[in-house]
Amino acid sequence: MAVSARKKLSLDKYGPLIALGVLVVASTILYPRFIELQNLLNILRQVSYTGIIALGMTFVIISGGIDLSVGSMTALAGAFAIVTLNALTQALSSFTPMWLGTLLCILVAALVSIAIALAAGALNGILVTKGKIAPFIVTLGTLAIYRSLTLYIGQAGEFRSSNSSYGDMGMSVILGIPLPVWIFFILAALLSFALTRTKYGRYVCAVGSNEKVARYSAINVDKIRFISYMIVGLMVGITAVLISARLNSISSTNAGKDYEMDAIAAVVIGGTAMTGGKGSIWGSVIGAIILGIINNMLNMLGVSPYLQGLVKGAVIIGAVSIQSGWLTGGRTEK
Amino acid sequence: MTTLVKTEGISKEFSSVRVLDNISVEIRAGEVFGIIGENGAGKSTFIKILSGLYQPTAGKVWFDGQPVEMRTPADARKIGISLIPQEFNLVADLCVYENIFLGEELVTKRGFLDIASMVERTRKLLAELDVATIDPSARIQSLSVAQKQMVEIAKAIAFDSRFLIMDEPTTMLTSKEVEVLFGLIGRLKAKGVTVVYISHKLKEVKRICDRVMVLRDGEFICLEDIAELSIDEMARRMVGRELKEIFPPKSGAPGEVVLSVRNLSVENLLYDISFDLHAGEVLGFAGLIGAGRTELAETIMGLRQPKSGTIALGGKELQLRRPWDALHAGLSYLSEDRQGSGIITSFDVVRNVTLSSLQEYAKPFISQKAEIDKTKFYADRFSIKVPALSARLEQLSGGNQQKVSLAKSIDTRPKIIIVDEPTRGIDVKAKRDIYNFVRELAQSGLSVIFISSELEEIIGMADRVLIMRGGRIVGELPSEKLSEEEIMYFATGIKGGL
Repeated sequence: MAVSARKKLSLDKYGPLIALGVLVVASTILYPRFIELQNLLNILRQVSYTGIIALGMTFVIISGGIDLSVGSMTALAGAFAIVTLNALTQALSSFTPMWLGTLLCILVAALVSIAIALAAGALNGILVTKGKIAPFIVTLGTLAIYRSLTLYIGQAGEFRSSNSSYGDMGMSVILGIPLPVWIFFILAALLSFALTRTKYGRYVCAVGSNEKVARYSAINVDKIRFISYMIVGLMVGITAVLISARLNSISSTNAGKDYEMDAIAAVVIGGTAMTGGKGSIWGSVIGAIILGIINNMLNMLGVSPYLQGLVKGAVIIGAVSIQSGWLTGGRTEK
Repeated sequence: MTTLVKTEGISKEFSSVRVLDNISVEIRAGEVFGIIGENGAGKSTFIKILSGLYQPTAGKVWFDGQPVEMRTPADARKIGISLIPQEFNLVADLCVYENIFLGEELVTKRGFLDIASMVERTRKLLAELDVATIDPSARIQSLSVAQKQMVEIAKAIAFDSRFLIMDEPTTMLTSKEVEVLFGLIGRLKAKGVTVVYISHKLKEVKRICDRVMVLRDGEFICLEDIAELSIDEMARRMVGRELKEIFPPKSGAPGEVVLSVRNLSVENLLYDISFDLHAGEVLGFAGLIGAGRTELAETIMGLRQPKSGTIALGGKELQLRRPWDALHAGLSYLSEDRQGSGIITSFDVVRNVTLSSLQEYAKPFISQKAEIDKTKFYADRFSIKVPALSARLEQLSGGNQQKVSLAKSIDTRPKIIIVDEPTRGIDVKAKRDIYNFVRELAQSGLSVIFISSELEEIIGMADRVLIMRGGRIVGELPSEKLSEEEIMYFATGIKGGL
């Protein structure tokens, strides 16, 4: 019994990592070209966009909340980035030296994207904390609002960038590794440190575990919650820049579609409890990669794209049922 | 008498810590079987195994001569074993009859709920228990604690339970309600129901039980006919040594005024509260449940907003709008509701101890070494028994949880600490430890507000006692005039006017 208790503990911690290992081995056996460097880098690039959002989502979910609006928010922030970029590219067309003008355009566009997403995150945060409305409802509402705003501004069309350097940045590869992958891992390292080694990270876990105890312990519960939505906003702003640069455009109808699903799925597969209180950033990174590998394999094996949602959905449900101990045998003991 | 339940070599381990060690005992049909022991002695674990909540690591259970394996409480209930837990398992928004038939609803031939039959059977059941005053259609939340207890019992015996386990059933009951409960246990016994009775209150055990089993640190100590054991002897066997001088000696003259509260009022809760707290003083707050003592503490801690009045610390008026205002001013609060607002049960010991004082360890990043060192210091000083500092609090006994909670409250280095029912639900030894710590804190110059409903400990601990009733302070007694009668006169309104 004592041994199995220990086993269970380590399964909690290393479950996602073990699942990833099994998946890599299985994929390599099924499709040997899977393990080629180029394919792996491709997978990492694909997952880094929603992966970055999942990092922020981890904080929100640990604190006991949820953010369904991240997909629409990505589209809105990306749209603003491109609109800003185009306006500035025109205004600074005669700026010398030219590289500086271009750099300025991109920098300001990126900052605008981040600012818009932070504002959107702040709105979610205020409605949840001051408005005392359930996070699920708040972000379901803002999901519709942010998408609608994007559609209105873009008249349901596409925002195209007129600055090719922006697209070059989105495609850039540094030391053999794509830019979004760098950013994904750097942000993961920073946020993991923030979660485990800062007061804020500890308080997030406390608020998610037992809000009343947190309040009685003189923790500013509203502030902790609010900041978690701001962190998601920041991550969405960064993703919006990366994805709009990668495509050098943003579709007002399709950009960011299902991002909330992928981000929440990554967090859950990574072992963070939907009930709040505990979780891990690196778990979410692994969760995002697991989802990416599954997608990749389904493509390589020629499974209909229409069926990919089925597999993804089953994986999410499976991950949660393992967490709640359904598959591993019985209730978790207190 | 025949044996109804027999256990053979029952043991239980959590993360390789043995909390129950090789318990073999026979419980006779129709007896009231007492189990006593300190917190962490293994009483709760033992009955959780008997009621299917836990599976034993080793050992077997026989019921009515048959070996049984109970994997869930439902399995136990099927064979006639019911547990009435310390914290009630009733759905507050549902009616009495709905709770009693929850999961076992009666249906008509057409498959609809047969409400009439359920109400009728509930009425009969309640009449049988001699508590016909409870309306089967009343909502649970409208009932008193004692009535809820009766509903729990009704629920337990509704389905022919032959074996009824009661875990600390009288903690929340008044003495009159205790009498009703005891009458009921007597009637159940007459009907042949076997009752396992767990309590810290040895007087009650002495009165109601036929035999009593003593557990200590997970081990079987003895099983005796109740007539063989005096209350003192029970206490001695529980702790394994002589218990004397439970309260530390009081200190001398208190210092100057530290905290002064003037004309403090909170809408519908507190009226015109004024008092002074001195340096090094243990100021007791006595009163009945609902007198407003906890509300007063919460107001001082910035958890409730006063309508009028002032709170001054060292002559300087405080603006306490938020809990952290109080914390920064040097106030600290040990909540009466340990698991609800004191500690996070899913956090480990270290993270609980530093929860309110994390600032001290985060400069700007948390030093885990500093946290662990400090926790070790408290574990040592407060003799907190833990399998490891990384153990989650839900794995600790109530007494050890309370000590962690106390460590957390003083780690903010307060000038004033309010302890609210600091010994509720914990065993004698942990109680004595806590009395000693509180007195040591006062001797080191801290001021303590000591809220308790246990008159004995208020009298034993406080240098001075204020008595509250209906949101007001109605009396003050100096240490030398303290007696249970005197306090009750004020608490119940015989003295103190209004």
